Amino acid sequence: MTLQHIERPIGIGRRDGGNGFGTEALRLAGRASARILSRYGLLLGFLALWQVAASSGWVNAAVLPPIDAIVAALWKGLAGGSLLGDIAISLQRAGLAFAAAVLVAIPLGLVMGQVRSVETALDPILQLFRQTSALALYPVFILLLGLGEASKVFVIFWATLFPLLLNTISGVKEVDPKLLEMARVYGARRLTIFRRVVLPGAVPSIFVGLRLGATTALLLLIASEMIGANKGIGFQVMNAQYNFQIPLMFAAIVILAALGLIANQALVSLQRRLCRWSNAVG
Amino acid sequence: MATARGGEVTIRDLSKSFALGGRQLAVLRSLNLDIRSGECLVIVGASGSGKTTLLRILAGLEKADGGGVAIDGREIDGVGEERAVIFQEPRLLPWLTVLGNVAFGLEVRGVPKAEAEKRARFYIALVGLAEFSDAYPTQLSGGMAQRVGIARALTVQPEILLLDEPLGALDAMTKISMQEELARIWSEENVTMVVVTHDLEEAIYLADRVLILPKEKGGAARLIDVDLPRPRDRSESRFVRYREELLREFGLH
Repeated sequence: MTLQHIERPIGIGRRDGGNGFGTEALRLAGRASARILSRYGLLLGFLALWQVAASSGWVNAAVLPPIDAIVAALWKGLAGGSLLGDIAISLQRAGLAFAAAVLVAIPLGLVMGQVRSVETALDPILQLFRQTSALALYPVFILLLGLGEASKVFVIFWATLFPLLLNTISGVKEVDPKLLEMARVYGARRLTIFRRVVLPGAVPSIFVGLRLGATTALLLLIASEMIGANKGIGFQVMNAQYNFQIPLMFAAIVILAALGLIANQALVSLQRRLCRWSNAVG
Repeated sequence: MATARGGEVTIRDLSKSFALGGRQLAVLRSLNLDIRSGECLVIVGASGSGKTTLLRILAGLEKADGGGVAIDGREIDGVGEERAVIFQEPRLLPWLTVLGNVAFGLEVRGVPKAEAEKRARFYIALVGLAEFSDAYPTQLSGGMAQRVGIARALTVQPEILLLDEPLGALDAMTKISMQEELARIWSEENVTMVVVTHDLEEAIYLADRVLILPKEKGGAARLIDVDLPRPRDRSESRFVRYREELLREFGLH
């Protein structure tokens, strides 16, 4: 047997014999707060600057209300329930559109990445559609589907489709041909190769598409709700601005930002679970 | 572990050429060769001499233009269950553990997962990676990853093991220890082994016979018997003489 030099990560912290528990805990706490400060310090500073600038009259508080006024408006809207209906309808629109885009784009992308003739036939029209802004097409969708839910969901679906589709296609096409050849050597048939090599190999790229798609869905959600809606977070942003309820407007913007962060975080943790191999670097 | 089960290769009038800038470039010209059951044949030759092409034809990954290859009397057409290939890169699936990768070959051949993993564990132990069964490929060094590739090929218990510059990407120290390991595995597994390499010392260390492919047109392939006891000693005078003989073949001595 030969010896192999093996490097393994060391998971246990070294403990110096002489130190008491108290100093150890203090040092750990110090290190933890240093970590938080280096990561969130700039953000906290930004918020503090905003608060000071708005409450001391450096900026017009009617346009940039202080943080505490925004938090109060947010609390009132959530606890009082007036914003909950808007959140629900917005989630429904974005969720439906996103789910439909996933159901269409991933299977279609898997086929297009595998079967050259399908890709050749569909690519020109997809490139044309992709380069045409979904917002430019929104009036067309309104003409076709009316000003109700259908056109809103459809425009979100439309815009979400492309990042998902293109990333799925490239995920399939970028699977290492050497791995495909390896599977072939062991006698794997086309379907087995697809299931055991192509599909898992494309998952990271599909997740890139999912995350881009989620961002796109929220973006189009707001745009569509700003035109011809009477409910939804996007509508609230516009409506509060018209009525000069500026803290409420910022509260709605904060909700949007939170939705984006939550969606992204959910996808990231799902990816971590499905792709443990890709971040299991020793 | 296994007894000799065939694995005899007959190569007749094999030729292959590639189109290169509008011209046909012949890499193999009517090659005839018999590979004996259970022997270790090492193929050397300058780059462009067609050694990797020959191995890929034996693997069934490329088609010859003329002539043919028979294994135990049967003409081959594409890949086959009696052969396994070890490539220069380990070609592991990054989303599978060592165990999953080694069992992969058996699983795609329809062996139930439990049975495949049981056999995989045996060969993982054989290449000395038993404690790394649950590790992912990104956690392994180059030499360890290549051993996983070797274990995967052995797990399907091929009659013929085809190795395409299997140690070409490893550092010098790892390479020497892996050569020893390959020689050991070959003697234990009683498998026919065909190795392509450009490392002449590796050729002499492993081979029963060395096939030297000619570079220029009209040159003939040459076979050299390596008549040395195993395990081989690189510093022994006869080993050194074989090395000088091979170097002369390449006009380097």
